[in-house]
Amino acid sequence: MPTDIEMKNPDGIASSIPAEKIKEEMLKAYPAKTAKKRGKQILSNDPDTLPEVGANSRTVPGIMTQRGCTYAGCRGVVIGPIHDILHITHGPIGCGYYSWMTRRNLVRPEPGATNYLQYCMSTDMTEEQIVFGGEKKLKQAIQEAYDIFKPKAITIYATCPVGLIGDDVHAVAREMKETLGINVFAFSCEGYKGVSQSAGHHIANNGVFKHMVGLDNTPSEHPFTINMLGEYNIGGDAWEIDAVLKNCGIHVTATLSGDVKYDDICRAHNSALNVVMCHRSINYMAEMMEKKFGIPWFKVNFIGADATAKSMRKIAKYFENPALIARTEEVIAMEMAKLRPIRDAVKARCQGKKVALFVGGSRAHHYQELFRDIGMEVISAGYEFAHRDDYEGRRVLPNLKVDADSRNIEELTVEADPERFNPRKTEEMRRSLEESGFCFSDYTGMMADMRKGALIIDDISHHEMEKLIELTKPDIICSGIKDKFIIEKMGIPCKQLHSYDYGGPYASFSGAINFYQEVDRMLHTKIWKFVVPPWQKDPRLKARPTIAQKEKAPKKEEPQSFKRPAASGQAGE
Amino acid sequence: MNTVLEQEEEKEMKHCTATRNACKLCTPLGACLAFRGVEGCIPFLHGSQGCATYIRRYLISHFREPMDVASSNFHEESAIFGGGKNLKAGLANVSAQYEPEMIGLATTCLAETIGENVPLILKEYRDNCAVEDAPPIVSVSTPSYRGTHMDGFHETVRALVGHFAESGRRQERVAIFPGMVSAEDLRHLKEICREFGLPATLLPDYSETMDGETWDSYQKMPSGGTPIHEIVGLGSVRMSIEFGRSLVGRDSAGAFLEKQFQVPRRLLGLPIGIRETDRFMEVLETATGRCKPAALRQQRGRLVDALIDGHKYVFGKRAIVCGDADLATGLAAFLSETGIFPVLCATGERRVGWEKQVREAAPDLPPESQVCDRLDFAEIEERAEELKPDIVIGSSKGYRLARKMGVPLIRVGFPIHDRIGGQRVLHLGYAGAQQLYDRTVNALMEKKQTDSTVGYSYL
Repeated sequence: MPTDIEMKNPDGIASSIPAEKIKEEMLKAYPAKTAKKRGKQILSNDPDTLPEVGANSRTVPGIMTQRGCTYAGCRGVVIGPIHDILHITHGPIGCGYYSWMTRRNLVRPEPGATNYLQYCMSTDMTEEQIVFGGEKKLKQAIQEAYDIFKPKAITIYATCPVGLIGDDVHAVAREMKETLGINVFAFSCEGYKGVSQSAGHHIANNGVFKHMVGLDNTPSEHPFTINMLGEYNIGGDAWEIDAVLKNCGIHVTATLSGDVKYDDICRAHNSALNVVMCHRSINYMAEMMEKKFGIPWFKVNFIGADATAKSMRKIAKYFENPALIARTEEVIAMEMAKLRPIRDAVKARCQGKKVALFVGGSRAHHYQELFRDIGMEVISAGYEFAHRDDYEGRRVLPNLKVDADSRNIEELTVEADPERFNPRKTEEMRRSLEESGFCFSDYTGMMADMRKGALIIDDISHHEMEKLIELTKPDIICSGIKDKFIIEKMGIPCKQLHSYDYGGPYASFSGAINFYQEVDRMLHTKIWKFVVPPWQKDPRLKARPTIAQKEKAPKKEEPQSFKRPAASGQAGE
Repeated sequence: MNTVLEQEEEKEMKHCTATRNACKLCTPLGACLAFRGVEGCIPFLHGSQGCATYIRRYLISHFREPMDVASSNFHEESAIFGGGKNLKAGLANVSAQYEPEMIGLATTCLAETIGENVPLILKEYRDNCAVEDAPPIVSVSTPSYRGTHMDGFHETVRALVGHFAESGRRQERVAIFPGMVSAEDLRHLKEICREFGLPATLLPDYSETMDGETWDSYQKMPSGGTPIHEIVGLGSVRMSIEFGRSLVGRDSAGAFLEKQFQVPRRLLGLPIGIRETDRFMEVLETATGRCKPAALRQQRGRLVDALIDGHKYVFGKRAIVCGDADLATGLAAFLSETGIFPVLCATGERRVGWEKQVREAAPDLPPESQVCDRLDFAEIEERAEELKPDIVIGSSKGYRLARKMGVPLIRVGFPIHDRIGGQRVLHLGYAGAQQLYDRTVNALMEKKQTDSTVGYSYL
């Protein structure tokens, strides 16, 4: 296996730069302490030894990160998609505004059904509340919201200033719950908690588990019921997954959280199985539901044709029903027959092209499957807000150091429910499934699936992204909106995997077809011919396909007093 | 503290406690955009990283351009013990990576709530800074619980001028403080000044930094922006032209230059439509002693001609205008020139005396037109039920309203994130009015055509 990242210079001569060398180049611009810290988050992969990634550590101030905040992870990601509860942001206007339909978690409410997603309710705090407290205003806002909408449930999200001035959002929620007689609960998801939006996911999981899951014990009439955890229906992914499973005879009770209703979540604990898509954002829920209700969970991936087939087989096998297994095979065969010719045609054009992915807490892993389907090679990947277990697998969990930031977030103590705990599989059944290759409650992480020498970059910064492009020139980069336009300025197509660039779905078989064709179009569209990328113009970059150091552009004349500072390796800190 | 007048107004209006679908954005967003319009400036938010991330993604989805905003990445302990250490480390890191000409520092709710003493931290930073010749840092206080993105924008321009402007020998040059307008607007203003042969400094000028070309060389910072030495020179310009009727009586950049350096200030409304643009042209004519150049004269002539051509399609149509107060003022002025009836002018900002400003800019606005500040989109929707508009003119956030009413939405201002080219929408000057007019008439014609059961193709 090659251990270097291969690249071609414009003359077509292949050359390669070891991952270590790229890392060195990236770190050069940083002051020593910053370089040391970032150095732990950039490494050369080894799928056998799985080196330690300094993941889920604080971003160094002044480093251009893609990460968001706790509020974004809680309100924006995990709970936001529940479309028939009313979400109220308690804080100044910005936070509410920015989480107002900015994620593409699509909904398709039944005719006449409630959908509050188009609303952005904010207490719009002003100086007066910052000084004298905002609880009164919050209470009024909840009362008004109830009077106008009569929702089933109201949720409250605390923003940075709320935590600081000490508004007790939970007390307000309890009081209003009693007054109104509907479910009202709050989330202490102030932006400064935790190191990224990941903290918000955890807080959201806790709240959903405490205040929603288990409220409705009506059993399902479907024989094979599952919950799809960590699937957010971006671009309609969940609909594709639902459809293909339904075709096999498997019913999804609740998708957490994508196009999902309050009632679905309240009865999710009646399902026979939890499957986990995004391990990072929802593994807490899977574990808590297993402890309390005895629902087993395992990891699936519906991104990529082969991965989808594998996940479907796994679910069918879990139910140990021969008819279901046979029907699942039929569906897979049917879908693959449609997909294969398209995949092969795209593969012929894309084979050998290089891709880098920096996104999310699971997508950087999942989407490698789609690129693998069409013969493309992943030269570098990293998550924005994942933890070590998402890189190295859950085997690291027992030895994971709990730092101050993680300790901040409540870890719920969950015990088996005295009445409703019902282990779906006996120990014996579990063992026999495990012997046939089943892995319950596990995730092996991204790195084990990547080749030796691929570059792992956690929480990539703008500067590192630019260096990566300069040195490796990937054919396509998957990232988010915050670096999309920098990447495309340099002549490299960028696929946003947070929002899907207004496209999608990409999950399941039909989604995979969609993705292959889109990547094909992105790579081969003629517009790139008009872009002269830096390495084609700069003769030094062309002549030396190894490390090219860019000289500073000649500076414009300007008054003496406004000279740039010299790039210093020891500034501040 | 609220003035008596404000308290009176408060009593009159029955607002909901909660803001439902806000018609305003947060203060530091305006600051970040204004800082981005200075050459070599990197915006830096003192607070939690989420603010920088949200603001970046929002500006990017409108401009579709890279937008870096650094942050001091507060965590729980910085929220308790202060973020001085983080801020200093962040400034050093940004300086080393980007080699900026200056750093634009704006605060967030978090830093302001805990009462960070930013000037003191900056002094300590400078005193102990290992980097000689460190870039200047301009700081501005912008908690989101005070004001809106427009306040953040204006206060940042004011802070830049306050930090850099120096007195000197009077120059031929004028200063233009355009306010929060589009990149195309900025380019057009520069073109107008070129036509007049008048050297002008626009502050800020993000026409290139937020609407640039593809890169044929690696760039740490996008090129363009107002050069810092020109901001230094603002203390000695012959006059300042400041757009935004809402700036009257406020401590703005123009007011500061007038007070500090005796630079004559001309406060004008945003030059949208014929009369507001005429007023701008008159100022330029006085400044240069020249008549309006032929190209601009022709633009005005063509605009008047177009208004005549199109009047039969638009006369008496009812429009809801919503957005930033000054933009809405300009639009109201323009629409009432065209024969369109602005039934409601709305802004989410708190602007005491706004109605008076609107009526000054649009003297022919019918008395029954409602002009209302501090509205959110839910309230605008409620009023729309009664007002039955034919068209909505506002940002992308007006889409829900337009869709509900079954009328077209003309996208103007910020944010435009459901169409391409928001940064290239031209609002200002005769040319801007021309484009707004064509778009508006065509939208009404298209609606008529679509609604027709026959499908006439000759309208």
